[in-house]
Amino acid sequence: MKLSLTPTDADERRLEIPGYLYSIAAVVALTLLWEAFVRYGAISPLLLPAPSQILLSMIKNFSLIMYMSVVTLLEILLGFGLAVVVGLPLGALIVFSRVARLTVYPILVGLQTIPKPALAPIIIVWIGTGLTSKALIAFAIAFFPIVVDTVIGLKSAQIETIYLARSMGANIFQIYRYIRFPNALPAIFGGLKVASTLAVVGAIVGEFVSADKGLGYLVLVANGDLDTKLVFACVLMLTLMGLVFYYAIEGLEALVLHWRVSDDGTGSGH
Amino acid sequence: MLAPAQPGVLPATVPLLTMRDVGKTYNIRGKRTSAVDNLSLDVAPGEFVSIVGPSGCGKSTLMMMASGLIHSSSGEIHIKQSRITAPHVDIGIVFQRDALLDWRTVLENILLQIDVRRLKRGDYRERAVAMLASVGLAGFENAYPRELSGGMRQRVSLCRALIHNPSLILMDEPFGALDAMTREQMNLDLQKLWIQNKTTMLFITHSIWESVFLSDRVIIMSPRPGRIAAEIQIDLPRPRKLAVRESAEFGAYSAKIREKFQSFGLLAEDDQ
Repeated sequence: MKLSLTPTDADERRLEIPGYLYSIAAVVALTLLWEAFVRYGAISPLLLPAPSQILLSMIKNFSLIMYMSVVTLLEILLGFGLAVVVGLPLGALIVFSRVARLTVYPILVGLQTIPKPALAPIIIVWIGTGLTSKALIAFAIAFFPIVVDTVIGLKSAQIETIYLARSMGANIFQIYRYIRFPNALPAIFGGLKVASTLAVVGAIVGEFVSADKGLGYLVLVANGDLDTKLVFACVLMLTLMGLVFYYAIEGLEALVLHWRVSDDGTGSGH
Repeated sequence: MLAPAQPGVLPATVPLLTMRDVGKTYNIRGKRTSAVDNLSLDVAPGEFVSIVGPSGCGKSTLMMMASGLIHSSSGEIHIKQSRITAPHVDIGIVFQRDALLDWRTVLENILLQIDVRRLKRGDYRERAVAMLASVGLAGFENAYPRELSGGMRQRVSLCRALIHNPSLILMDEPFGALDAMTREQMNLDLQKLWIQNKTTMLFITHSIWESVFLSDRVIIMSPRPGRIAAEIQIDLPRPRKLAVRESAEFGAYSAKIREKFQSFGLLAEDDQ
């Protein structure tokens, strides 16, 4: 019997194909399957348009979709930005102050159990149908995971590291700066990624309730016209926006948390 | 090589660390439990003192009180004749867990001492690099902790405890989580660093042979509530080699400590 610790021929051949090609191949195969299913399965395009028809609709309505996309993107970014600006300091305050932990935190958890879409009509009554109300709904849905993950991250510092910092004469702010905050970053990025997808949901919910522009609005209009291709084109656009947003945050995470990535370029793993 | 530590202005006859009638009680589920009781201890400047005792005898509590990180319930603790009521900063601490910061390189982890103390990094960088080299970690300055083995990580935390030339080093089971071979190497490395720096050491361990090998004096604590049960002066020439453990004197010291443990009903040997 021959024992070997070096990679076998089969291992090396497998290593030659980059991993992302597998993912792309899977998506392409699924799309082709969908196309064939609609074309040869005699499915009404009113119910399910083929990928090619969706793409054509997207090209035909390009400027309209782009305009609506910019509107929705603004709502998402504004809502998400607000969630970060409010969520991070609030999370820090909850860890920092016992009073905040005992007063603010239970209220937050209570508020979180309210289904946010149910609040959307009220928010629109209060603020109007413009950009601000959509951003606020996106904010309301997105900010909770940021707060929770900030709290978890800040609390997760090893007790010895805190003792150590105090033996160096660190004051409370230095403990946050040198220990708690950097230690919390992986958890905070986890919260940001969840929040990024929720912000998209929030903006669309807001547009569904009342709007005169945006991708969610366009979905409703196209649906009313029985233009299923355009509905799907909008959904595709929303998906693309969500993906780009998510991976932008993941890219930032890889940059900030570079110490988690090993030198040979293999990531921290998913 | 490393600059020798300032032994301080104290004459050698004045203890660097003094604990007088120190006690610590905790409230555990409404019940007052005494962890350390009426304990008095002096450690001379430059002395290497080990504390051995059974689990839960309050060794760690003792160390935390000496550092000022937790308050004693009774008694007084002095370092260099000033009373400790808040975290004392003229010390270095090594815990059983290395407590390295994952996001800092090896060098930056050592320089955390310097950053927090608002000293100039430039003044200490060279010393940090030299210390790393003296514990066999030359070339690892820019590595991240996750790239190091347990023994290497603990060496880094050793350097971090020494970089600012503290007058007292506190170590709580620093090698407890390491494998036997690495542990022996760490004992040799620690001895080397200590001979170079002559910093006062308070070293907490479970290991009888480790305490005899490293110390000028071994203090044996009783089971909870922790008190000093016995003190043994170790008169073996330095630097000590691992083979010293096979000598008759070493055996006699170890036996004395073991007998003390057995008098507490620990390390019970049945007639087999």
